Amino acid sequence: MAGESEASKHICKTSSKSIYGDYMQDYKILAKKELCPWTYHLKVSAPLIAKKILAGQFIIIRPNKHSERIPLSICGWNRDEGYIEIIIMACGRTSREACEKNVGEKFEDVVGPLGKRSHVQKYNGSCVLIGGGYGTGAIIPTARDLKSTGNKVIGVLGARNKELLIMEDELREVCDEIMVTTNDGSAGTEGFVTHALQNIMDHKTVAMVLAIGPVPMMMAVSNMTRGKDIECWVSLNAIMVDGTGMCGACRVSVAGETKFACFHGPDFNGHHVDFDELTKRQKMFMEKEQLAMKAFKEKGK
Amino acid sequence: MTNKKDLSAKERIKKPRNEMLLHDAKERIKHFEEVPLGYTWEAARDEAIRCIQCKKPLCIEGCPVTIDIPAFIKLVEEGNVNGAAGKIREANFLPAACGRVCPQDKQCEAVCVVGKKGNPVAIGNLERFVADFERSENLNRMPKIPKKTGKKIGVIGSGPAGLTAAYELCMKGHEVIVFEAFHRGGGVMVYGIPRFRLPLDIIDEDLKLLEEMGVKFYYNMIIGKILTIDDLLENEGFNAVYIATGAGLPKMLGISGENLNGVYSANEYLTRIYLMHANHFPEYTTPLFQGKKMAVIGAGNTAMDVLRTGKRLGAEVTCYYRRSREEAPARTEELEHAEQEFINFKFLSNPVEFIGDTNNFVKGIRCAVMELSEPDESGRRKPIPTGEEFIDECDTIVFSLGCNVNPIIVDATPELHVNKWGIVMVDNKTFHTSKKGVFAGGDAITGGSTVILAMGQAKNAAKYIHDYVTGSFNYELEVPTDPNTPGIEWSGRFAKGKR
Ligand SMILES: Cc1cc2nc3c(=O)[nH]c(=O)nc-3n(C[C@H](O)[C@H](O)[C@H](O)COP(=O)(O)OP(=O)(O)OC[C@H]3O[C@@H](n4cnc5c(N)ncnc54)[C@H](O)[C@@H]3O)c2cc1C
Ligand SMILES: Cc1cc2nc3c(=O)[nH]c(=O)nc-3n(C[C@H](O)[C@H](O)[C@H](O)COP(=O)(O)OP(=O)(O)OC[C@H]3O[C@@H](n4cnc5c(N)ncnc54)[C@H](O)[C@@H]3O)c2cc1C
Ligand code: SF4
Ligand code: SF4
Ligand code: FES
Repeated sequence: MAGESEASKHICKTSSKSIYGDYMQDYKILAKKELCPWTYHLKVSAPLIAKKILAGQFIIIRPNKHSERIPLSICGWNRDEGYIEIIIMACGRTSREACEKNVGEKFEDVVGPLGKRSHVQKYNGSCVLIGGGYGTGAIIPTARDLKSTGNKVIGVLGARNKELLIMEDELREVCDEIMVTTNDGSAGTEGFVTHALQNIMDHKTVAMVLAIGPVPMMMAVSNMTRGKDIECWVSLNAIMVDGTGMCGACRVSVAGETKFACFHGPDFNGHHVDFDELTKRQKMFMEKEQLAMKAFKEKGK
Repeated sequence: MTNKKDLSAKERIKKPRNEMLLHDAKERIKHFEEVPLGYTWEAARDEAIRCIQCKKPLCIEGCPVTIDIPAFIKLVEEGNVNGAAGKIREANFLPAACGRVCPQDKQCEAVCVVGKKGNPVAIGNLERFVADFERSENLNRMPKIPKKTGKKIGVIGSGPAGLTAAYELCMKGHEVIVFEAFHRGGGVMVYGIPRFRLPLDIIDEDLKLLEEMGVKFYYNMIIGKILTIDDLLENEGFNAVYIATGAGLPKMLGISGENLNGVYSANEYLTRIYLMHANHFPEYTTPLFQGKKMAVIGAGNTAMDVLRTGKRLGAEVTCYYRRSREEAPARTEELEHAEQEFINFKFLSNPVEFIGDTNNFVKGIRCAVMELSEPDESGRRKPIPTGEEFIDECDTIVFSLGCNVNPIIVDATPELHVNKWGIVMVDNKTFHTSKKGVFAGGDAITGGSTVILAMGQAKNAAKYIHDYVTGSFNYELEVPTDPNTPGIEWSGRFAKGKR
């Protein structure tokens, strides 16, 4: 390949494969399940990450040698068996390459745990955890932590229709109660997650909300809870490169200050996030992303 | 060829310096190949003759790793490049890199006696020649490794500081394990310094050598996250740890528009290209938004690298710097190379705002025109605004204002003292930190510095780490606790190299 020299190929080989011993993780895919079209649940071998990861933290993967680095949330782990669980939605070239890996194959690189742990404490009131898309999985570890800290936890998940609804049973297991919404009413109540949240707020004292999913959803949740004595956390999916605070690609504005989503977050106080800027920054590489996908399809895959 | 014996010291001093040939600027801005072509045999020997073999060679004191410069130059003159290579390797593990990127004009060559009257001996070029020759002839570089001591040392980071410490400690018979956050080794030499100044093969061959020597590398390992220093010392059986994590936390400008699309830190811009190969898109899939008119803020070496990279990617590039050319912190050579490459410079221009369009993409830069004040007590002339302003169009901005130290390690290791810039505080002599068994070096203890200073510190630290793990570490330690204490400066006699 044009970028890496011969010598460096050698390095990649000897360093990441031939080393015996304890600190070597092999990033092998142990299990793969299709949750809905182009969305997969994977168990990936990464014993050291599995030992350390905490609710709210994330990883960065490179599916193949030529791949960019993409951040992914964690929806579960097994510290003894040494694997982590992720949900990947194929929305572009790299996530699609990741989804095309089969059991027994490996990711080129997995690095983590990254970011800070979710905010967990005992609240005087219910905690509402809202997930959309991959976020439905991402809220599970935090829900479990909140519950074991003695909180009443209500899970809210939403999708366009019944087919796209994922992780319902897994979420039910770690919450006191869950509410399901679909836009077309094919499962749960008809409407959006915000309707469910409004419903909960009308009937219960809500002390804390965590929303993970598409930006418009997180923004709507933040707006609904603003000025209401409700803590609102959102997990920001800014574009990232290293994930360690080194590059600043993941800059977000929170309360007028520049923060690095990978390092200061990914969870931030939703009431202070500049969502408009985030939305626009997510589109920074759109042209290139489309080209990457085109090149991928032309390869005859 | 002139024979040394025919020449008196005076005549030797009078000989003109042999400069390396450069790729023509018009051509070289089309590719990422190295700019200088290196010495021929004749040029190298002719340059070697210029050294008058001083009895008290100041140049050695000017070199942070104290290479026996006259000795290796003499061997070049005698045609014994193999011997010269061995001589350099006694002191410097990365000569091909240092010969290329050392700020020689501030170090060894700054104090060369021949330079007092004319141009100094081209020590860096000679070092590079020897190292390249050694590689091209495949000379055996494998040193003899002593018997294992059974001590295990963890090195965090694989930049020049980490690699040097690994080499030195391996040569003392210790087991060395390097943990690197990225998926490949080399640190800033890979993800910062451009290929046209330092080809990748050079670093990779040195990494390979270390692996063959028995140093183990584990990539994707962010210490502080996946394992902490406490884990290493208490559970994993490490006898000592060396922190060489560099200074990777970009300083922000704090002006309006800094988060517009198309505005990058130098770290992000260079990492996308040199670590992730965005210039080979879509073969490699890391994207880069590269505009046609690029503005670069700052005039240090990093800024020069960004400017010249942008030029190679086809942009029209302009450098904005709030002081004048004289104050520019870049090496003269880098500044000159940039000027040759049709890069525009706007000195005395201080950016005050980045202007965006409705989609949040940058479309312009507003600058205040500055002038230099009378020198203050420190002798420095401060730039002050004249009141005038101008706006330039641009669609990409890269800011290069230097780096603070990345806090991941420190956050996870509360016993480490740091100053208010996050720089890890160490004992001046031994490089021991405030945590027992933990040493540190490189950019992590200086802030942004140079490859060779990082290496020099690592070499020194390795001596004391060796003492520590072998039980002969009896030093009074003095680790500063005052957050206002600046980072370590090289304690040699001559000026500190600047980015
Ligand atoms: C903290 C965090 C957690 C995330 N968790 C998950 C998860 O659990 N499951 C999941 O499927 N997705 C997750 N994402 C989003 C995921 O990273 C993107 O979908 C992925 O990077 C898209 O890459 P692509 O090449 O497939 O698509 P592209 O076509 O390149 O991009 C599609 C969109 O994804 C976003 N994106 C592109 N590149 C990056 C990047 N390097 N970093 C971040 N976003 C990018 C952009 O907004 C872009 O418009 C998370 C993102 C963040 C920041
Ligand atoms: C663009 C640019 C151009 C430069 N040009 C020159 C030049 O021409 N000449 C010169 O002498 N100097 C130059 N420098 C400076 C020089 O590169 C640095 O001073 C030198 O690399 C510092 O070495 P280091 O080993 O301390 O750190 P680095 O080279 O920064 O290496 C640190 C390594 O540690 C890793 N790391 C960080 N945190 C962790 C962690 N928590 N766990 C595990 N690993 C971690 C990083 O990924 C990195 O690989 C330049 C710098 C830049 C940015
Ligand atoms: S290592 Fe750097 S400072 Fe030392 S002799 Fe070589 S070029 Fe000069
Ligand atoms: S100071 Fe200059 S002339 Fe003297 S030994 Fe060193 S390189 Fe040679
Ligand atoms: S991804 Fe580079 S700083 Fe956050």
